[in-house]
Amino acid sequence: MFRLTESPRLSEFERKVLPHLDAAYNLARFLMRNEQDAEDAVQEASLRAFRFFDSFRGENSRGWFLSIVRNTSFTLMKKRDPEEMNVVFDEELHSGQVPMMDAGIALDRAQDRQTVRAAIEQLPPEFREAITLRELEGASYKEIADIAGVPIGTVMSRLARARRQLQLILSQTK
Amino acid sequence: MNHHEIRELLHAYADDELDLVNVREIEQHLRACDECRRIEEQIRALRHALNNDAPAYRAPARLRRNIRAALRREAKATERNFSPWFVFATGAAFALILFVFVFFQTNRASRGNAIVDQVVDNHVRSLLATHLVDVASSDQHTVKPWFDGKVDFAPDVHDFAMSGFPLFGGRLDYLDGKTVVALVYQRNKHPINVFIMPATGSSDSSPALSNRRGYNLFHWTRRGMEYWAISNLNEAELRQFIALLAR
Repeated sequence: MFRLTESPRLSEFERKVLPHLDAAYNLARFLMRNEQDAEDAVQEASLRAFRFFDSFRGENSRGWFLSIVRNTSFTLMKKRDPEEMNVVFDEELHSGQVPMMDAGIALDRAQDRQTVRAAIEQLPPEFREAITLRELEGASYKEIADIAGVPIGTVMSRLARARRQLQLILSQTK
Repeated sequence: MNHHEIRELLHAYADDELDLVNVREIEQHLRACDECRRIEEQIRALRHALNNDAPAYRAPARLRRNIRAALRREAKATERNFSPWFVFATGAAFALILFVFVFFQTNRASRGNAIVDQVVDNHVRSLLATHLVDVASSDQHTVKPWFDGKVDFAPDVHDFAMSGFPLFGGRLDYLDGKTVVALVYQRNKHPINVFIMPATGSSDSSPALSNRRGYNLFHWTRRGMEYWAISNLNEAELRQFIALLAR
């Protein structure tokens, strides 16, 4: 009865946060590795972000929103697939050295997007996160560090290892 | 930096995350080191593949719609009863009530304290300046008419000599910004001042004792009149006197 407008809080949220829905879904999709779980994670994260919107004071609404999406996804992952969190990429199995092949060959093999997506999905969750944010969303090391809640040095080493593994997977893909 | 350290930084180099000094050093090393150059090319090829094949997913329209609907429901549920205006109005009302309450409480308390001090001052002054009474008489029929025309009310004046509290006289005094009646009684050389004035409220109150600077004070309201009695007499005897006066 005292309302003058149609929730200014909601329209501000829609203006500042919802433009990052594609980035949010992309991150959740690579973390959850299937459509339904990714949609659940993003939907839940959006509601959580809206509830905590008053506490958001920064400039970087994308980073803020993505960190909520990321945390929601990891929580959901632990609930739905506890095994997944314990999977450690077997670097021994994928033999430490990247074959010294021509860069062009790797490129040819990775031509189709499904191959690349499947390759990313073979990485451990933290590596999927680093690769998705860096290569697909163009986030800086600092931004990734803020979203994942780890030091920049950790981001750097995760990215280095993730790329090495991706190269291995792609070089072994037929 | 040696070869090993440079290898560690090649990813940060390819990602443009290094400062100019490190970039220069790495570029110098790359010109000389085949292994590092190949690693760097692989990183760039991989990045190229990831960007070119655009494997990024885009949010389905269905998800977008669902989220907007859920947000609208959430906004309604949380904001219908607690809109900012409602919260503001409720808060303001409570603040006002609290303020008024505190204001009157402190006002009343400070007024009470100020009057007690004035009563004591008046009492002490009446003893010092040998100005105990304007009209010296133990006859209530002399004292009471004396106040006629001097104050705008008619105080009860009684002599309690039979009970050991003889009336000594009366005078005009000044209390709480008003001219008041002061009656003086005597009990074995202990003077008792009784100040009488019209009460501000209408309700009666029974005598309440307080102590200030060694004096005993009683304060009560009766039939629209406010009474202050003060003396250095002991509490028990003063209470006897009050019982007579407030009868």
